[in-house]
Amino acid sequence: MTMVQALNSALDVMLARDPDILIFGEDVGYFGGVFRVTDGLQQKYGAPRCFDAPIAEGGIIATAIGMGAYGLRPVVEIQFADYILPAFDQLASEAARLRYRSNGEFWAPITVRAPYGGGIFGGQTHSQSPEALFAHVCGLKTVIPSNPFDAKGLLIAAIECDDPVIFLEPKRLYHGPFDGHPEQATRSWAGHPAAEVPEGYYNVPLGAAAIVRSGHDATVLAYGTMVHVALAGIAESGIDAELIDLRSLVPLDIDTIMASVQKTGRCVILHEASRFGGFGAELSALVQERCFYHLESPILRVTGWDTPYPHAFEWDYFPGPARLAAALRRVMED
Amino acid sequence: MSGRLPLQLHIPMPLSRPGQSPRFDHINLSAAGEVRRPDPCTPEREVRDLPQLLVRVLDDAGRAVGPWNPVLPDGILMQALRAMMQTRIFEDRMFRAHRQGKTSFFMKSTGEEAIGVAQALALAPDDMCFPTYRVQGWLIARGYPLVDMMNQVYSNAHDPLKGRQLPVMYSARDYGFYSLSGNLGNRFGHAVGWAMASAYKGDHRIALGIVGEGTTAEGGFHEAMTFASVYRAPVILAVTNNQWAISSYAGIAGAEETTFAAKATGYGMPGLRVDGNDVLAVWAATCWAAERARQNCGPSLIEFLTYRAAGHSTSDDPTRYRPADEAAHWPLGDPIARLKQHLIIQGLWSEARHVQLEAELQDEVRAVQKEAEAIGTLGQSKPPLDEMFEDVFKEADWRLIEQRRELGL
Repeated sequence: MTMVQALNSALDVMLARDPDILIFGEDVGYFGGVFRVTDGLQQKYGAPRCFDAPIAEGGIIATAIGMGAYGLRPVVEIQFADYILPAFDQLASEAARLRYRSNGEFWAPITVRAPYGGGIFGGQTHSQSPEALFAHVCGLKTVIPSNPFDAKGLLIAAIECDDPVIFLEPKRLYHGPFDGHPEQATRSWAGHPAAEVPEGYYNVPLGAAAIVRSGHDATVLAYGTMVHVALAGIAESGIDAELIDLRSLVPLDIDTIMASVQKTGRCVILHEASRFGGFGAELSALVQERCFYHLESPILRVTGWDTPYPHAFEWDYFPGPARLAAALRRVMED
Repeated sequence: MSGRLPLQLHIPMPLSRPGQSPRFDHINLSAAGEVRRPDPCTPEREVRDLPQLLVRVLDDAGRAVGPWNPVLPDGILMQALRAMMQTRIFEDRMFRAHRQGKTSFFMKSTGEEAIGVAQALALAPDDMCFPTYRVQGWLIARGYPLVDMMNQVYSNAHDPLKGRQLPVMYSARDYGFYSLSGNLGNRFGHAVGWAMASAYKGDHRIALGIVGEGTTAEGGFHEAMTFASVYRAPVILAVTNNQWAISSYAGIAGAEETTFAAKATGYGMPGLRVDGNDVLAVWAATCWAAERARQNCGPSLIEFLTYRAAGHSTSDDPTRYRPADEAAHWPLGDPIARLKQHLIIQGLWSEARHVQLEAELQDEVRAVQKEAEAIGTLGQSKPPLDEMFEDVFKEADWRLIEQRRELGL
C-alpha cells in the first residue's frame, strides 16, 4: 500500500470496529479528501460517519472536543498542518488540558490528522512542520509516521488512545519514499518492505521509536520524510551511523535514543522544521543531559532555516542528504 | 475629492460614565406578555421579529402574564427562589473571604442568578451545560455540595479539582456542568459538538452553551453558530448580555445597532431576546429552545438581557468606568426581588418569611464555610503534591514520573 492507502485502511478498519468513531474535516466526505485519505469511507459507512465540515479549523477541533467529552472518538482532518493555527487555542487550551483541569471528569480522545512538511513546492502555507508547537503543549501527544506500515499502525494506536493526538502525515511520502534527491525520478512505495501492510487490524504503539539502520559511529535522530533523507545522507557520508525514526515525539522513546547515543558517542538531529526553538533543540538538550559523558563531539542539528518556507528556494531550504552527510563528517572529525 | 468630509473612526461609548446619571434609554424593552410565543419548531424565517423584542412574563406588579408564562408549580418557584438567594449569599461570603485573604480570586454573578438557576431546573438531569464562570447558580440549583464549591475556591486538601484550577472554574460532570477554563468562547463549540454527538448516537440529550455578550466577538462564537446551524445540532446557545465585559460596555461587542439575539438570523436559527432577570421568562425560553432541539428542529440562540450588578471579579473596581449606582437604575430590576414579589402577590410568600429564609440560608452557608475552612483556605491546606502530575495524560509518561521524583515524591 501507499501511505495514503495505509491511512485509508486504518480509518476503514477503525470505523468498522467501533461505532463511536467518526471522521470529519474539510472535503473529507463525499469527495474523499484532497489527498484521498478518506476516499470511499462516506460511501461505505454513511454520511454521519464521515462528513464534510465548514472551513473553520477552530470549529472542527471545538466540535471534536465536545464529541470526545460525550464519549465519541472523532478523527478529524486539518487539510494542511499550515492551517492548524486557527485551532491552536482549542488544541492547547482545551483538548490538552481538559482531563487535567477537570480532574479526569472530562477528556478529549480525539485524533487530529494533518498533512505536513515540504519538498513539494508548497511554498509558505503548504509546507510547514509545526510539530514543535504541539510537542511543547502539556497534554498533547504528537505522532509522525515515515512509512505505510507505521502510518496505519500508529494511526490506529492514536485513535485508540484516550489522550488527544496530533497525527502529522508527511505529504511528501504519501505516494512514495523521498530521500531528498528531487533530481531523481519519483519513486513509488511498490517493493518497499514497509509498504507491505496487513489489510486488517494491528497497531504500532505510541512512544516506541524504530531503529531503521544500526550503526556504531554516530546516531541520527529523525522522523517523517527526514528518515528517508537520513538514509541517503548516511550512505553518502560513508559513515556507519545508526538511524532512529522517533515515530512519536510525545511520548518520546528516550530509552532507545539514550542507548544509541551512549553506544555511538555522536548525535546529529535532522528535521525539516526551522531550527530555533524547534523539536531538535529539545532532543539536543535531552541527549546532552543524559549522554554527556559518552559524547565525543557536539550535537549537531540539520534543519530547515529560520525563514518562512520559500517557494523558489525549495531545495536550498529543504535539509537534504548532502547537508546531513556534511554534519556527520563534522561530528566524526571532533 | 473635494466636498467630502474626512473619514472619522467611530469608537462606541456608553451613555454614562462615573459621576454621571445612569441611562438605559437605548435598551428596547417590550411589555410583559406582549411578545407572541410561536411553536418551537417554527421555521426561522417566520420568527425574525423576535430578536428585536423582549420576552417577559413577570410584569411590574409581579403578575405572570402572556403566552410565555410557563405556569410552574409553586414548589418549583420556591426551589428557584431558594437557589437564587443561596447563590447570592454564597457569592457574597466568598467575595468577603477573598478580601480576608482566604483565596486569591473570586467572581460573583449578582443580578444574574435567575439565568443559571432556571436553566438548571428546566433542563433534564442528563443534559449538559457548557457554562461561563458566572453560572454558579446552576450548581447550587442542582444541589452540588456547597462545601465542594468552597473547597474549590480555597484550593484546599478536599478541592475536587485537586488545586489545579483557579477559583470558580468548577467542573461537575454528574451535575451536567462542563469543565470551565479561562479562555473565553472556546467551550461554545464544545456544546455544539456534544449536541452533535447526542444526535449521532440517537440519544435524547441536548446541550446548553453559554457565553457573555463580550465573548460574542470571539471567533469561537461564529464557529459554534456555524456548526450548530449546518448540522442542526440539538443545542441551546445562550448569550448572557449583562451589559459589561470587564470595563467595556456592550457597544464595544457590537450591540450599538442591533441585539445579540439578532445575530441568530444570519445563521438561520431563531433568536430570542429574553428578560434575564425574570426567572419565569428564562425558564419558558429555555424550555422553548429545548423543545425545538429535542424535536430535531435544530439550535436556537437566546440573548438573556441582564445587568452585571457586581464588579467583574475581585480584581475589578467598576466605579472606575461606570456610575456607582447604575445597577439600581437597571430597568429589569433584581431577579430575586421580582420573584419574591410574584410569590407574595400569589399569596405564597411574605416579607417576613423571606427575611426568615434569608437568615436560614445565611446560617447554612456560614456553617458550610466553617466546614470548608476547617479543611483549610488557600495556602493553609492543599491537595497532595503528586496530584500536580496526575491527569496530564491518562497515564503519566517518563517525563512526568521523573519530574515528580525531582520534587522528592
